[in-house]
Amino acid sequence: MQDFVQHIINGISLGSIYALIALGYTMVYGIMKMINFAHADVYMVGAFTAYYVAKWTGLESSPGVSTLLLLLVSAMIICSVLGLLIERLAYRPLRKSPKLNVLITAIGVSLFLEFSGQVIFGADPKVFPEVMNQFVIANFGGLELKSSDVTVLGVSLIAMVILNFIIQKTKIGRAMRAVSSNASVASMLGVNTDRVISFTFIVGSSLAAIGSILVGMKYPKIDPLMGMMIGLKAFVAAVLGGIGSIPGAVAGALIMGLSEEMVVGYLSSTYRDALAFGILIVILIFKPTGLFGKYSVEKV
Amino acid sequence: MKNTIITFLAILPLLGACTKKSNDILIGEFGSLTGNDATFGLSTNKGLRMAFDEINAAGGINGKKIKLITIDDQGKSEEAASAVTRLITQDNVVAIIGEVASGRSIAAAPIAQKHQIPMVTHASTNPEVTKKGDFIFRTCFIDPFQGFVGAKFSIQTLKAKKAAILRDVKSDYSVGLADVFATEFKNMGGEIIADLSFQGGDLDFKAQLTQIRSKNPDVIFIPGYYTEVGLMAKQARELGIKVPLVGGDGWDSARLHEIGKEAINGSYYSNHYTTESTDPTVVEFIKKFKEKFNETPDSMAALSYDTAKILAAAIGRTKELTPKNIRDELAKTTDFPGVTGKITINADRNAVKSAVIVQVQGPERKYISTVSP
Amino acid sequence: MHKSVKTPLIAFAALLLFGGLLNFGVNAYIQLIVLFVIINSILAMSLNLVNGYTGQFSLGHAGFMAIGAYTSAYASTQFSFFSESFGFIGIFVTTITGGLLASAAGFLVGLPSLRLKGDYLAIVTLGFGEIIRVTLLNMEAVGGPRGISGIPSFPNFFFSFSYSCFWALICFFFIWRLIRSSHGRGFLSVREDEIAAEAMGINTTKTKVQAFVLSSFFAGVAGALFAHVTNFISPSSFTFLMSVNAVIMVVLGGMGSLSGSIAAAFFITLMPEALRSLQEITGVDLRMVIYSLLLILIMILRPQGLFGDKELPDIWRKYVRKSA
Repeated sequence: MQDFVQHIINGISLGSIYALIALGYTMVYGIMKMINFAHADVYMVGAFTAYYVAKWTGLESSPGVSTLLLLLVSAMIICSVLGLLIERLAYRPLRKSPKLNVLITAIGVSLFLEFSGQVIFGADPKVFPEVMNQFVIANFGGLELKSSDVTVLGVSLIAMVILNFIIQKTKIGRAMRAVSSNASVASMLGVNTDRVISFTFIVGSSLAAIGSILVGMKYPKIDPLMGMMIGLKAFVAAVLGGIGSIPGAVAGALIMGLSEEMVVGYLSSTYRDALAFGILIVILIFKPTGLFGKYSVEKV
Repeated sequence: MKNTIITFLAILPLLGACTKKSNDILIGEFGSLTGNDATFGLSTNKGLRMAFDEINAAGGINGKKIKLITIDDQGKSEEAASAVTRLITQDNVVAIIGEVASGRSIAAAPIAQKHQIPMVTHASTNPEVTKKGDFIFRTCFIDPFQGFVGAKFSIQTLKAKKAAILRDVKSDYSVGLADVFATEFKNMGGEIIADLSFQGGDLDFKAQLTQIRSKNPDVIFIPGYYTEVGLMAKQARELGIKVPLVGGDGWDSARLHEIGKEAINGSYYSNHYTTESTDPTVVEFIKKFKEKFNETPDSMAALSYDTAKILAAAIGRTKELTPKNIRDELAKTTDFPGVTGKITINADRNAVKSAVIVQVQGPERKYISTVSP
Repeated sequence: MHKSVKTPLIAFAALLLFGGLLNFGVNAYIQLIVLFVIINSILAMSLNLVNGYTGQFSLGHAGFMAIGAYTSAYASTQFSFFSESFGFIGIFVTTITGGLLASAAGFLVGLPSLRLKGDYLAIVTLGFGEIIRVTLLNMEAVGGPRGISGIPSFPNFFFSFSYSCFWALICFFFIWRLIRSSHGRGFLSVREDEIAAEAMGINTTKTKVQAFVLSSFFAGVAGALFAHVTNFISPSSFTFLMSVNAVIMVVLGGMGSLSGSIAAAFFITLMPEALRSLQEITGVDLRMVIYSLLLILIMILRPQGLFGDKELPDIWRKYVRKSA
């Protein structure tokens, strides 16, 4: 029983990490109908920004709220700028091109970031600075609830609520929904499509930056290829929840985290990575729109 | 603009055709300078460069300078195959050094054998590598020995009866070592109560560790690389697992403690050498390495440094510089005083040398014992 | 001689002549690269059938290649059907077996394509590729992460070259003629407009699955050739990057252009090798950075690829007409 509860805690804490990154995928897909493969690499850049900022300011081992805020803000700024640049330079020229070309460009951008990262940051792993002290929140008979687990889950849930609010209740959110359902009609009705898309990329990249710092706190090892696997899994989570749906991304990510944990805990530890894709294939074949996705009919 | 780019693209492949001749002794190296395993390729490259720089600064071998040609294989075996073919047939090297990962050495060895060019691997511990032919050598111990060392240490020194294994299924090194450990541990009267796996590059190991915790092992054997072991130790301690962790030479790096912090303290691993050694060769090596690269050398750097020196010594002994002569001289290497101990090449072209067990104590590695074959 | 076999035979003879020259003219390194070019051409042409002609999007080609490579490698290291001197017959048999098994997997992957499109299909095929790789990684019988080594190869370069060319030509002429047959036009119609194709009486389901099956057969063959040329395979050879590489070749050459695929295979295989000299100058490995940058630039500047959906003769004709 104790193990089971422990597995649940582990699974939720893993799932909430996927959730933070999955939100970024789902945002961009929801608005632009494209898989932003580079998202996971923006996340990697966020982690390295924090690493270098901490190094230059000498805050490597002085955990505290001010350090956290400084690193968060700097990573968010750098990631937003990077996200904007990627959108402006790589994706915008292709807005009218076939989907396949956009997808390939996204893969290209992703590879570009990964390999330039290996050249610039060095290919060997770096140690993430200590940002916050970890403490035990609750302790019931051998089971400990760590502050880091709760923080990540809390931040993903808050991010989900805020995003949902922005999209459903604000003016820019209405514009985003308009672009999402039909970009050309939206622009005819006076929505500045470019600005909406830029905004989407800023939000998505900031989320990646937040995610990178939270993950760095929990798993203090960063390297230029760190985004690859976690990105794929977060993407699967987003599809599982219904890509384009904000609550879906979080739900999908939690399901992913829990099922991975349970499979390793009770069945077999060997096929963990295959499981993610197995889930994906089953979901896509039987319910391609995911758990929370909307069904759209193709008109002739 | 468009046409310029397209023209550029078209002539790009032609640029590679040019080669140059030189009077130096050409030695080829292939390693993973980028990709997932880059950290090992970078370390070995540093060790090699340092060794050859020293030799060249001292006047080279019989008046000839050594030129090291390094090719990046990106951690892929097919790239390793083409890298070695290139080194031999295009760059005309007389000997080859490489790879850390046994898989890539196994991919490359038959090619070196076919072209009759001696190849020395510095850190491939899988026994298969040197079985590929009589031109293939190694200067490190092999997995069966290391697995034996780990099992013997766990049973005799740690008094462990039940062991759990956590292996990296992505790495042939890890799987090989785990298999040997399991067999040896059982032969010595122990019991393997859990044999779980992960994939190199994973971040979260709590699922496996929770399962291990419920089985109460006396020791956890992790034949992995430091990149994951640091995180693993952290998560194990968070889950309240207090038993010692034991591993192999893949752990050896200054980063191990930086990632794992106090969680990794008190864990043991078998290694090729100890930084605590008072042997002047070792002291000198560590001092020079720190001056040059501003970091403590890991065992990969030490092994590749030794390999370079052994190869250079063999080349120095040849009367005429041919690959065949180098091979013959390499085979005659006896009691070479290296950083990683006295190295003798046996009839199977493997190095006969001892292993040390060290304990992690912060950034220091405390020497525990030496196990000889 | 019947007309349908004349052109392939002439092409084969010409290639053999070329192979004979290469056998003595250049060193083993160049020879190895030439073999990789041929294998990559087969890979690109076969993927073009799915991605280019049929308009589906597969990102899991490395998986099919892996199945072919592993089948052929396993069979030829475990059993020896023929004596040493007739080893190549064994390789021929195992190559075909590899191709057939890969096409069986292609059938499985083709099924979801009935329901999925575009990005979703891409991700599902990617997932299949990864599942195949993880499975191989965990199968002790095929060596797990150690892979299979000591795979028999051909006695010399000329043999490997002619054998690879043989398959490349089969792949080329098969797809070329298929697409120009009335049956094959169905593939194109699925790409252009699935609903319209259905309305015209084309069984789109069958067409799509057929495309996957045929394409994976040749991918499996390419994998088998790869195994026999490098003599060593391991799961790490068949990663996501390998699939991306195949897609890049198709897109760079032009979706729906076989000669484009071959040209792109040449370029993509030679470029990283050529850029090695650059590494000696700069000291750092910029090859993959340049490679990915080129990919983005091509997508932006010439999204239809080098050849578009034209073949070399079309371009030749266009050029001659212009200059005349």
